[in-house]
Amino acid sequence: MNVLFPASVSEALDTLAHDAAAVPMAGGTDLLVHWPVRIDAHDRTYVDLSRLDDLKPLTWKADELVLGGLTTYWDVIRDARVGREFPLLVEAARQVGAIQIQARGTWAGNIVNASPAADGVPVLMAYDATVVLASRRGREEVPLDRFYSGYKDMRRRADQLVVAIRIPRRSCSFQVFEKVGSRRAQAIAKVGLAITHSNAGWRVVAASVAPTIRRCPALERLLETGARVSSPEDLYPAIAQDVAPIDDIRSSARYRTRVMARVLFHDLRQFWGRNA
Amino acid sequence: MRKSERGMRNSFTVAFTLNGKPVSLEVDPADRLLDTLRYQLGLTGTKEGCGEGECGACTVYLDGLPVDSCLVPTYQVRDRSVETIESLEPGALEAFERCGATQCGACTPGVVMTARWIHQHRELLRTHTIRELMAGNLCRCTGYDGIVDSVEEAIGEKAGGTTGERPGKEERGQR
Repeated sequence: MNVLFPASVSEALDTLAHDAAAVPMAGGTDLLVHWPVRIDAHDRTYVDLSRLDDLKPLTWKADELVLGGLTTYWDVIRDARVGREFPLLVEAARQVGAIQIQARGTWAGNIVNASPAADGVPVLMAYDATVVLASRRGREEVPLDRFYSGYKDMRRRADQLVVAIRIPRRSCSFQVFEKVGSRRAQAIAKVGLAITHSNAGWRVVAASVAPTIRRCPALERLLETGARVSSPEDLYPAIAQDVAPIDDIRSSARYRTRVMARVLFHDLRQFWGRNA
Repeated sequence: MRKSERGMRNSFTVAFTLNGKPVSLEVDPADRLLDTLRYQLGLTGTKEGCGEGECGACTVYLDGLPVDSCLVPTYQVRDRSVETIESLEPGALEAFERCGATQCGACTPGVVMTARWIHQHRELLRTHTIRELMAGNLCRCTGYDGIVDSVEEAIGEKAGGTTGERPGKEERGQR
């Protein structure tokens, strides 16, 4: 095993440009799981990002919040302004593992780990976040809702590093994050949902019900019409168009569909109640 | 620290502050902080439970924040501050003893580290409950009430009613 310690972002990009197999290491909360027995993972080159202070700060701009490539969940939880302007970021961050993981895990890491059950990605996507990738060949920005192409497939080349996540500042008339797991803490989502409504329209983002975190265009279209449904079952046709849940160790496809419909209905009824 | 050929298991020197004192040692790039503490430095108070960041038995502070040392590569603590259960002041466990917060003891070092962190940062209780802050420490013996009681007692919040459900989420369990 080999570890490289770039002193700057530019040096890190050089390293990634020269070694396509090199793995960027931030908080390690995914990469070090069961580390001693994952011998194959030891036979690689890692690029330690932990000293790249340029990637740490969370920055407020006039029209957007920018998370750095190394901004952690805890950084977001402790920022009172994020709690006021982007409450779902804080709510999701507080449901990632517990403090020990929140202190180390990064939002960028959550994006590139590309788990269909990620907690950070749904809320970023519901806020229309954009992923900023840097490489020797230049800078590229990819809207998060177009970042994933399939299970663990994403629009990040091996020589690219996520250096920032841009989130537009908009006021939402409705926003909610829901995570259904086996227990409240330290659990992986069986179903996750992030829903926002702003002047940009509805965003419905689902987790753990498809090969990637994804937006739900049929549900969004249904909501844009202003139509109200009278039961969770009325949402099934749109849900069937949008997601493809599977049976696996954590849950069954049937359970996931039912829970998604019921949680969605529960949340929307609150919105409709307020806008009666 | 030198760059080296790919695939070689090279070692290098890592210097950091451990329980307030400077240390410097040769480590393998594949070493986890947990193993460095236990097997190189002989600080066996930090326990390995799950090795996947679920149980919190290996909790230490890294620059003042609780982290799972099973998920920290040792090379990342260079020039940083690490505190382990061995830095505990005598008498800090009194509330735990009184409230029956420990039984088999496997989780206790990690539980105590998180409890002490809460104790040192009471302002967190304006936004978090003790239960939420302790959620990263699994205990299979006590059922948690003793642990939460002892933290409450230690920080003098016994009458404050800080346990229970997270505010605003009461409806969650009823679906």
